[in-house]
Amino acid sequence: MTFRTIAHNAVVRRIAGALVTLLGVAVFVFIMLRAIPGNQITAGLGTEAAALTPAQQAALERYYGLDQPLFIQFFSWLGNIFTGNLGFSSRAQESVLNLTAHSLPVTFELAVLSIVLALVIGIPLGMLSASRPDSPRDAFGQFVGLAGLSIPAFLLATTLLSVLASSIGFNPNGQGHASLFENPALNLQQMLLPALVLGFGIAAPIMRTTRTAVLEVRSDDFIRTARAKGVPPRRLQARHVLRNALVPIVTMTGLQFGYLLGGAVVVEQIFSIPGIGRQVLLGLQQKEYALVQSTVLVIALSFVIVNLLTDLLYRVIDPRVRAS
Amino acid sequence: MSEVTQAVSLPPSTGKIGHRFRALLRSPSGLTGAILIAVLLVLTVLSFLDLLPYGPLHQDPPSRLLAPSADHLFGTDQFGRDVFSRVAAGVANSALISIVAVAFATVIGTFAGLVAGFFRGVSDGVIGGVTNVLFAFPPLLLALALVSVFDRNWLTIAIAIAIVYIPIFIRVTRGPVLSLREIEYVKAATSTGQSRMMVMFKHVLPNITSIIIIQVTLSLSWAVLTEASLSFLGLGTPPPAPSLGSMIFEARSLVHVAPWTMVFPGLVVVALVVGLNLLGDGLRDVLDPRNRGKR
Repeated sequence: MTFRTIAHNAVVRRIAGALVTLLGVAVFVFIMLRAIPGNQITAGLGTEAAALTPAQQAALERYYGLDQPLFIQFFSWLGNIFTGNLGFSSRAQESVLNLTAHSLPVTFELAVLSIVLALVIGIPLGMLSASRPDSPRDAFGQFVGLAGLSIPAFLLATTLLSVLASSIGFNPNGQGHASLFENPALNLQQMLLPALVLGFGIAAPIMRTTRTAVLEVRSDDFIRTARAKGVPPRRLQARHVLRNALVPIVTMTGLQFGYLLGGAVVVEQIFSIPGIGRQVLLGLQQKEYALVQSTVLVIALSFVIVNLLTDLLYRVIDPRVRAS
Repeated sequence: MSEVTQAVSLPPSTGKIGHRFRALLRSPSGLTGAILIAVLLVLTVLSFLDLLPYGPLHQDPPSRLLAPSADHLFGTDQFGRDVFSRVAAGVANSALISIVAVAFATVIGTFAGLVAGFFRGVSDGVIGGVTNVLFAFPPLLLALALVSVFDRNWLTIAIAIAIVYIPIFIRVTRGPVLSLREIEYVKAATSTGQSRMMVMFKHVLPNITSIIIIQVTLSLSWAVLTEASLSFLGLGTPPPAPSLGSMIFEARSLVHVAPWTMVFPGLVVVALVVGLNLLGDGLRDVLDPRNRGKR
């Protein structure tokens, strides 16, 4: 294989594109956090910062490397990231790498559970709606979809939490987070409500995508041919219609999964789930910008990887994508 | 992210606005959406004109936690503030932030999308790169990070939300523009010696207006949700200014003694978002020829 053929390979180009995007993300995060009023030193010290003499200030700046030109600061930060040094959280007295190693799997578990629930609700509902457009069952599907799109997660989460806690005393999240490996039963109970809230919200776009895709595929000639050949309706739905409608559904699912890594921040906060979104939120509230900077980068990295995997996945599902 | 190859939709450029509007109101979803939004706009206007029954910040300790009555339509909160007036002011706050945010996002995103799709080349590469970078963040997280960069007030919150939604407008605009630039009348207009900018605004832009209108409506609903989530997290409109998200946050501890403090702001947020979503769906049915006869 020559360099030219490798460079023209769609998958290689896709990965190269993702790397460029990640570099852009790093630059963006870096600039954004430099723009915050005050810097790492004053943010860390709080009100005591005012008591610093110019000499102390300069010494601290030298210590943190803030006296270096911006692009050197940027590359030394990036270099640190590559060697696994994501910075140190002074409040938690722990490295950001350690914190992330704990919070990312929690969010990942929550995201997987939410997506499973969303698919279980969204795909059948979308197919139900599409099976007879403009009928009462379509109206029902569309109504559920609209509710999922329109009810804010924080409202649903707060309501569920207060109603269930007071009426049946169900509040597994009140007693500190249990890890999946140490106490799986309690962990799953704790994940149930947050996953339901997130899953309900994500079911809506999945339902809409399914409905549109199924309607589109159903009007294709090959479906008419299959039906004319006497393929039983159930088999027609599963093997012919859904299989072909899968590409947009997979794309939407991948996108939503990516959003959950970090985008679940409100739900994580309400249910006290120590996930990665909450890590950013705490960092922002306590002005630990090194923590925020690295965590946001990790989230963007996961998002880009998920998108890349989604892309590769539908190359597998749909031969037409490979051909083009 | 891969190129989203969109089928070109070329809505007919003729057709009267009044006619379209009537068609919108004939569809049940469009009508419901329009009514909901009209009611909430009335609340917004009342609030801006200072015509609410009570001042949204006015505290009246003796009448705290009153249930809904003729005096206090939605009851009162723990400081004796009138919940109806606070909800109305909260709607106004949401409306202001969302409209300004989406206006910024629409103007900047549409312009960037037009330039990227019409001029291609370097501008397309740069704009596409920036879009990809902004798309790599979960929207709410990006908004959170951005609001903490600025001093928080309604305008900076609006700008943060705008930055989150700019890439959506870029992507929605660029696809159709790519196909439009290959169409004969656009080529013809270019060959008559008009400047490329002129052709872009006079001949390309009018053909993507319906796509933009639909996107504006849907983005407004997301902006409302984003603003409410930010203020729920304590990173939105700073208190005591009324915001629907922070009202719901404060009502959490009161929900058993005074459920109305949560129910009404909650219902109104949902009504606002439902209204905008329905209006968006209705507009899509009316304006987007791809959907005609499908639904």
